[in-house]
Amino acid sequence: MLEPERYELFSGPAYQFTPDRRDFFKILGGGIVVLLMLPDQAASQESGVSARTGGGTGLPKAAAAWMHIGEDGIVKFFTGKVEVGQNSRTALTQAVAEELHTPVESIEMVMGDTDLTPFDMGTFGSRTTPTMAPQLRRVAISAREWLLDLAAEQWRADSATLKIDNGRVQGPSGKTASFGELTKGKNLVKEVGAGPVSKPRGESVPKVNGRAMVTGHHPYTPDIKRSGMLHGRILRPSAFDAKLTSIDATGVAKFPGVQVVRDGNFVGIVGPEAHTLPRALAAIHAEWKTEPQPGSKDLFAYLRPAAPPPAAPGTLEATYNIAYIAHVPLEPRAAVAEWAAGRLTVWTGTQRPFGVRTELAQAFQIPESQVRVIVPDTGSGYGGKHTGECAIEAARLAKAAGKPVKLVWTREEEFTWAYFRPAGVIDIRSATGKDGIITNWEFHNYNSGGSGIETPYEIAHKQIQFHAVKSPLRQGSYRGLAATANHFARESHMDDMARAAEIDPLEFRYRNLKDPRMHAVLEAAAKQFGWGKSKPKPNHGFGIACGFEKGGYVASCAEVAVDPGTKRIKLERVVTAFECGAIVNPEHLTNQVEGAVVMGIGGALFEALEFEDGKILNGKLSRYRVPRFSDLPKLETILIDRKDLDSAGAGETPIVALAPSTGNAIFNAVGVRLRTLPMVLPGTKT
Amino acid sequence: MDLEVNGRTYKLEGDPERNLLGVLRDELDLTGSKYGCGEGQCGACTVLIAGAPVRSCITPLRVAAAKAITTIEGLASNGNLHPLQQAFLDADAFQCGYCTPGMIMSAAGLLAKSANPATPQITRAMHGNVCRCGTYPKIIAAVRLAAAAMKRGTHA
Ligand code: FES
Ligand code: FES
Repeated sequence: MLEPERYELFSGPAYQFTPDRRDFFKILGGGIVVLLMLPDQAASQESGVSARTGGGTGLPKAAAAWMHIGEDGIVKFFTGKVEVGQNSRTALTQAVAEELHTPVESIEMVMGDTDLTPFDMGTFGSRTTPTMAPQLRRVAISAREWLLDLAAEQWRADSATLKIDNGRVQGPSGKTASFGELTKGKNLVKEVGAGPVSKPRGESVPKVNGRAMVTGHHPYTPDIKRSGMLHGRILRPSAFDAKLTSIDATGVAKFPGVQVVRDGNFVGIVGPEAHTLPRALAAIHAEWKTEPQPGSKDLFAYLRPAAPPPAAPGTLEATYNIAYIAHVPLEPRAAVAEWAAGRLTVWTGTQRPFGVRTELAQAFQIPESQVRVIVPDTGSGYGGKHTGECAIEAARLAKAAGKPVKLVWTREEEFTWAYFRPAGVIDIRSATGKDGIITNWEFHNYNSGGSGIETPYEIAHKQIQFHAVKSPLRQGSYRGLAATANHFARESHMDDMARAAEIDPLEFRYRNLKDPRMHAVLEAAAKQFGWGKSKPKPNHGFGIACGFEKGGYVASCAEVAVDPGTKRIKLERVVTAFECGAIVNPEHLTNQVEGAVVMGIGGALFEALEFEDGKILNGKLSRYRVPRFSDLPKLETILIDRKDLDSAGAGETPIVALAPSTGNAIFNAVGVRLRTLPMVLPGTKT
Repeated sequence: MDLEVNGRTYKLEGDPERNLLGVLRDELDLTGSKYGCGEGQCGACTVLIAGAPVRSCITPLRVAAAKAITTIEGLASNGNLHPLQQAFLDADAFQCGYCTPGMIMSAAGLLAKSANPATPQITRAMHGNVCRCGTYPKIIAAVRLAAAAMKRGTHA
């Protein structure tokens, strides 16, 4: 299903033409190269090759080097995916190392470099594990077979008697050869198609570049330095959609070496010293024309102006509200841009290197072949780094300066000029029979999106609809997309229905579910939590919720404590059961699940953007609270390993059950149903 | 002005009010300390000054001058990781790793004061460090692991 979140709807180029084979060796050096051809539609979509090309006749083949073994024996794999903290670098390295029977350390995974890696739509939607890992495995398998053939030829042996062990080909009578010895002097290219691959072994391998991270040596984009590089800053409009009416930049002259760059509404400065730039920027006097715009105070009425018509008797109806929130990646947007002989290279932290390349090519009206985007492993994204604003700004400054320019957005800029998780209003109407079976389900989501909108419960009559609204703020994808909003509304409402039917919330869910995988996660979470075994302490409450999204099933049980004086809510304990098929790396999976749960605490209990007339009012960390150590509940994570099923991604789905299980626990504690995210009890003292 | 970082002395000119984080990153090429907020709220820029954790983004150069500063780059000795660095690896205590240098430096400050902190003490001491990836449980585990390793180290 296509999701209405617009940042997920990019498609790739219509054609990918086969490059001249000699080109591979020009770029990569001699040795052997494996190309992966992607005939089937799912794989092609993943690689951005549209199915709707040439009037729908046949599918183009994507030819690109997916692997290279040099004469020096260095094994490189190439993928357009990027590492933004979801551990794909290690997971993918682990996958190919398993197939190639080679130690993880001997493999270099080249990621997110538009000059070197095959086209890729982007790193989002939890697609890296289900699609990229099998593709690279396939490449590794054929490379393994090929290396055995090369050795067999050299040794005049039967390749069936050879094997690869610990990165060396082993032959009869103790003969061994390194990969470099076998590929020396060869310039060979092999094409492979899709085919079956083995299931992941499910071992916990430590992060392959972990050492660089704990020593501070890993170069994130803001850490990159180029020779002669200048620093940049952008003059921001006073509000969204403001128009520049006048500008006086003469004050900048007192800052030696600082240059003003102006191009229409775009105004920036560059200079040799980063620390003088804020003062130089303040010396520019600009006036902006702004228009009145909707604010956060009247947001929900704006998103769904007319209340729904009266409901039929016997209907349970409720309205849920979801605030805008920010991703707050700890590494803000940053870019280093460099022009050389009309060709542009930009280092930037983005989840869509090829998308950003397109944006840059369009902004500067140059062919995409004149643009290279390189994505260093990045200080996270959570769906918030699909766009290339900062890359374009840095490139514009660098073009004017004639030197490389580094631009690092301030936290305030990241809070204001990035995009946000959509706000929304959700109306639900439902009816339940005497037997506790849901008979009618009507669900309308205004603006927040369609992900996770389908109910997992078996219901005879349902009407489920997403309504697009003109968003007052720039909005885009966010970890789990709208699944958080839709699950919050649905699973909160499920509890209200259970109570109206006087049935335990867990039992009520069981009664309306057929999907055994959902049943299994609910059961696992409930068992670990001790659901129904004890009563909460005074001012404490228990809640449960479950959900399904992107191939993963999750159930959470939460315990909250409400301070009777301040009314503040604290999550005490969260049990999460998660199942996403076969487990690739249990350690990192636990990390992903816990990370999603912790991130979910913010959206559930305190994160919300305040804005008015096109200005963000709380766009800094001192005014916008994110989860910290002291917000951490006791976390218990149960992973269900379904070795018989394909692995799905895990970066997103575990977030969806946190808000509703918390809300249900709050109701259980104090008898108040909170239907707005973030959930704050009336009269809370901060 | 003299600035002493990781045992090396640098001679610096110019505005004494500019912040230490910018000096480390842009002038001394010590980019291990990260910018996350610029207002002392996230801890990504944490360094040790005379053994105590400090937010370098809101520390003027003049305050740091002539004091012993340790950054994440100065924590390992002769290629041997500091026990905290090793523990962060062993406990898998990071995802994107952007908060990690600051986390490790804050934890180093804590362990210098208190050799065997219990979880609530770690939680209090590290409250000013944000991990947006939510790796908090593993970071706590790593700090405890490092404390144990350091204790063994001193007894050995
Ligand atoms: S950058 Fe210094 S505390 Fe955030
Ligand atoms: S690991 Fe990403 S911010 Fe901590």
